Amino acid sequence: MSENSSNELTIGQRFFRELTTGGTALTLLSILLAMLIGGVLIVVSDPDVQETAAYFLSRPTDTLLAIWESASSAYAAMFAGSVIDFEAASFGESLIPLADTLTYATPLIGAGLAVALAFRAGLLNIGAQGQILIGATLAGLVGFGMDLPPVVHLGFAVLAGFIGGAIWGGIAGLIKAKTGAHEVIVTIMLNHIAALLLAYLLTTQLFRRKGQAAPISPFVADSAALPRFFADSRLNLGLFVMLLAAVYSWWLLSRSTMGFRFKAVGHNPHAATTAGISVGRSYTAVMFIGGGLAGIAGASQVLGTESYLSTSIAGELGFDAITVALLGRSSPIGTVAASLLFGALRAGAVTMQAQTGTPIDIVLVVQSLIVLFIAAPPLVRAVFRLKVRAASPMAAEVGGKV
Amino acid sequence: MRAIAAIGALAVAVTACAEPPPANEPGEQSKSDFLACMVTDEGGVDDKSFNETSWNGLLKAYEAGTIAEPKYVEPKSASDYEPNLKNMVRDDCGLIVTVGFNLAEATKASAEANPEEKYAIVDFLYTDPKTFKPTPIDNVKSLVFNTQEAAFLAGYLAAGQSKTGKVATWGGMKIPTVTIFMDGFYDGVQHYNKVKDADVQVLGWDKKSQDGQFVGDFSNSTVAKQLSENLISRGADVVMPVAGPIGESAAVAAKDAGGVSLIWVDTDGYKTLTEYRDLLLTSVVKGMDVAVEETVTATAQGNFSNESFIGTLENEGVSIAPYHAFEDRIDEKLKQEVDELRQQIISGELKVESDAAF
Repeated sequence: MSENSSNELTIGQRFFRELTTGGTALTLLSILLAMLIGGVLIVVSDPDVQETAAYFLSRPTDTLLAIWESASSAYAAMFAGSVIDFEAASFGESLIPLADTLTYATPLIGAGLAVALAFRAGLLNIGAQGQILIGATLAGLVGFGMDLPPVVHLGFAVLAGFIGGAIWGGIAGLIKAKTGAHEVIVTIMLNHIAALLLAYLLTTQLFRRKGQAAPISPFVADSAALPRFFADSRLNLGLFVMLLAAVYSWWLLSRSTMGFRFKAVGHNPHAATTAGISVGRSYTAVMFIGGGLAGIAGASQVLGTESYLSTSIAGELGFDAITVALLGRSSPIGTVAASLLFGALRAGAVTMQAQTGTPIDIVLVVQSLIVLFIAAPPLVRAVFRLKVRAASPMAAEVGGKV
Repeated sequence: MRAIAAIGALAVAVTACAEPPPANEPGEQSKSDFLACMVTDEGGVDDKSFNETSWNGLLKAYEAGTIAEPKYVEPKSASDYEPNLKNMVRDDCGLIVTVGFNLAEATKASAEANPEEKYAIVDFLYTDPKTFKPTPIDNVKSLVFNTQEAAFLAGYLAAGQSKTGKVATWGGMKIPTVTIFMDGFYDGVQHYNKVKDADVQVLGWDKKSQDGQFVGDFSNSTVAKQLSENLISRGADVVMPVAGPIGESAAVAAKDAGGVSLIWVDTDGYKTLTEYRDLLLTSVVKGMDVAVEETVTATAQGNFSNESFIGTLENEGVSIAPYHAFEDRIDEKLKQEVDELRQQIISGELKVESDAAF
């Protein structure tokens, strides 16, 4: 033990290693299991089922029918709300739910990448929320506060979003690098600062819409708006910006020297230092770039989906982003796939609530269960230093020795 | 294990042997098939505040038999507003009620895209960005409240009741629907000072600088309690929290301190805060339920109009609740003065102003 103490990894580092070695089958089964449990919850919380269960022994068919009706209608509504609505008037309209799914997925991709990149360098970026908020604030300010020619205006606004998020992420990275303060604490604090800052700014003349007492900003100028694709949906060019960000992240991680440094630092900071890599500089850089991607996600919210700034511009995106990155196993492509799944769950949940009255929180439970199933086994292994058996001897090998 | 299973089976048997209802039961049938729907803001339908009060308006109309069973959806974030409204339009709602300024833009967009659909929005008035004049939308009715008028009466009453010469108010967030209460309260106290040549101070809000004590959200009851304790320790013996559900923290703090009374907002706290009835001086009531009920009833009968409803003391859209437990503890003369002030405000002789008023 003592002779290789400098190579000892923290629980967090072991957890990341375990997490990224899991298989696709585990992911898919976790999703399936979570959906099944979600179904049970839908059934149990349905008043019709509760009512008929009271006389289950006298007339069981009623209960069974109610159970079937409850679960099937809820999941059918979710499907209709997230993929294809067969009852829509026209073919075009039947695809609107799919567009809704993509709309919800758009900001999750950027925010998820912010968390995923940091994961790779061994950092827990809980600050995507703040990075989105600051990105949205700066992008919005450029969007409604400046007067520029069309394409330039949009480009500049998106850039402002990147810079805003990057600065906010970079601050956390820099503090971690210089003082060693834990990034979880710092990013959580920065989330609060960002939220309160935006709430304050929206009360000032500069940000508040004229003639409006409510804390909402003016609309962004048409020249800075991300163009929408369809009249009936808010899906916009932001989706492609986010996909570009994912491609960039992939390139960064698997083709660039900087990405190699990130991964080396994430894998074992001591070894990385020995190899001449500056751990502090890598921390700052990865938080800067990741924060920037979250900032673009904020920009896509304000320039595309919502068109104006409000205190709820980021919703819970920054926290969903953590789940998305975990589910996507910190890879860019995985993050995109996980964002699509979460987008679909969200779009479906909204329709499910409207059509069947099922509480929207069920979907939160499903999302959380997915992550629990995926993250719990590696966490348990990391805490108790268990080695993965047979399934992947390579991983065990790597985990044991380095 | 077997024992547990047996107990479980027994429990099922016990709870599951109730009599089934007769087959083909007629079922509850409302006299009307008019469907009214609500999109709440993120607070949700059980927020003990404006969402819940507005929803109660729909429930009252349902109980009265003028509409079919209403339904609601609760958005989780701003991104949900638009899809929520889209779903409501598709479900053939006869009237869609939205709550709060957060939903203003989504409601406007939905109303313009669906000119046949009818909408009512609580707590928001559409204004022209240049002239600042109200610009109603053809199929949206605004339900707004000049709450400062009722809060003025509460402020006057609080000043008259205070033994320490200090009264306090604090808010959840610094938004117009909150500060309008605080403005009215502040002016009520100042009016008392002017009339009585007194020097009662307002802690927690300054109307001139529009600055004061806020929690920052409507959910952090720990901060809310600290804030209340702080104001009480600075000498305030009447506190008006304007913060929806976490206002209850002020009641806890007041009870702990003793000798402090409370002014509740939005609804008559005597009905909801049953544990603290003894502390409730009065409540500044904002009749969102009444306004929603009237709107949905008129719409169900085919009499929708987009004319804004502005709740005032005159139309009883806003009011102060009965004194209940304080009925005997308030000086008769003070009660009379409050009544006179109400008349003066209704007649227009006295104007209560606020940046957030309509």
